[in-house]
Amino acid sequence: METLAMHISNGIIDGPVAAVFAALALAALTGCVLRGRRDLDDRLAPMAGLVAAFIFAVQMLNFPIFTAGVSGHLLGGALAAMLVGPWVGALCVAVVLVVQALIFGDGGVAMLGLNITNMALLGTAAAYLLIAVLLRVLPRTRAGLAVTAFVSAMVSVVVASQGFVLQYWLGGTTDLGGNLAGLAGTMAGVHLLIGIGEGLITATTVLTVAKVRPDLVYALRGLRSTSAPAVPVVGGVR
Amino acid sequence: MGAGHGHVLYRESDSPVHRLPPEVKIVAMVVFTVAVVATPREAFWAFGAYALLVAAVAALARVGPRWLLSRALIELPFVLFAVALPFLGAGERVEVLGLRLSEDGLHGAWNIVAKGTLGVLASLLLAATTTTRDLIVGLDRLHCPQVLTQIATFMLRYLDVLVGEARRMRVARISRGDDPRFLWQLRGFAAGIGALFLRAFERGERVYLAMLSRGYTGRMPAVWQGDGAATAGQWLVAATVPVLAASIAATAVVLT
Repeated sequence: METLAMHISNGIIDGPVAAVFAALALAALTGCVLRGRRDLDDRLAPMAGLVAAFIFAVQMLNFPIFTAGVSGHLLGGALAAMLVGPWVGALCVAVVLVVQALIFGDGGVAMLGLNITNMALLGTAAAYLLIAVLLRVLPRTRAGLAVTAFVSAMVSVVVASQGFVLQYWLGGTTDLGGNLAGLAGTMAGVHLLIGIGEGLITATTVLTVAKVRPDLVYALRGLRSTSAPAVPVVGGVR
Repeated sequence: MGAGHGHVLYRESDSPVHRLPPEVKIVAMVVFTVAVVATPREAFWAFGAYALLVAAVAALARVGPRWLLSRALIELPFVLFAVALPFLGAGERVEVLGLRLSEDGLHGAWNIVAKGTLGVLASLLLAATTTTRDLIVGLDRLHCPQVLTQIATFMLRYLDVLVGEARRMRVARISRGDDPRFLWQLRGFAAGIGALFLRAFERGERVYLAMLSRGYTGRMPAVWQGDGAATAGQWLVAATVPVLAASIAATAVVLT
């Protein structure tokens, strides 16, 4: 079977489901705005803008995957979670999606709620959960950081793609019958490959930034001064 | 190109659509798209009517059909998905050109192609007639939270910074004997991506600090906001398209 870029365009998922997810995304983003406002200081503001710009640029690179005429692209949720934290990170990805939908026609406007749920919320949340766990478990070396970035990026892409499968199951406009499992499998397979690419880019970027300007990596903030056992609580390192 | 003024899809012109305030256009576009999506897929005539509406707005905005259609290719991956549906869908099968296709799948494919295309065309029209700066002003006037407009502003400014740095690094690589061609370019690009990010950030940070020292408080100054918000008249004028679309959708729902 063939397909899919991650941006859901108009007409793929039916209206009511799109509306439910739009409400969900709106509520979650409101939470992110409230939390993100606190995070967004003088250092984070330009970083958030750059992360968004970077994601925007990187999402334009479509990976052709040779077997089935499939193409997909990078998401950037893990990079955002790593560099600006989960709240501002989700906002960055959401802003990218909104601008793409409004002026590039990439992803339907009526499907924005679905796209935001998959890529901005699910992707970033999965990435940040993994980051929070892995950074505590793995040794605090460059290799540990690289593995964290790679794995969280890869998993977040696959999780986001399964978000689409869930939405399709709830409100796909065409009944695929027993093919839904096939859809899930294809999506997971394709996005595992994309995830590897995404993981590599995320790891390289994060490593470079951590080497030169460790103060800029949000995920490392709590961990740098580790005399007291700084416990990264899920949902914000303090 | 000055930062934040135009973008690739913007078409410089002075048409009535260009002159409408951005917030009005954003709302009109969103309502139009929602109406299209809410239309039952069996109501073929309704989609024809929507296409006429789009064509009328395009003519008003002096955007040529060739420009629109070539830019609309962005949705190609989804058209491929749509093509697969008649083969994958469940339920009743019908004979088309000797192939046994799922009727539901055929409808689904039509649904995706029609609604997807109309949505893409609508947002292309918005893009063609609105600068990125106006887009952000519009979002701001629609009471979009300031954190979001701030991120969006920086994103659009830093895109140029990022592209500029990438170009400089490429020139630097070439002048040191690298020979970037299609696939081989990827390696150099991948190795340099972290450096690119950092360079762009440091440049962007300087820009940001310069803005702060000139009194930036997280919101663009009033001068930026242009001639003030939309008047009731402008809202009325722009409302014609979404209201027409909504009534088409309503009629289609009642009829099917």
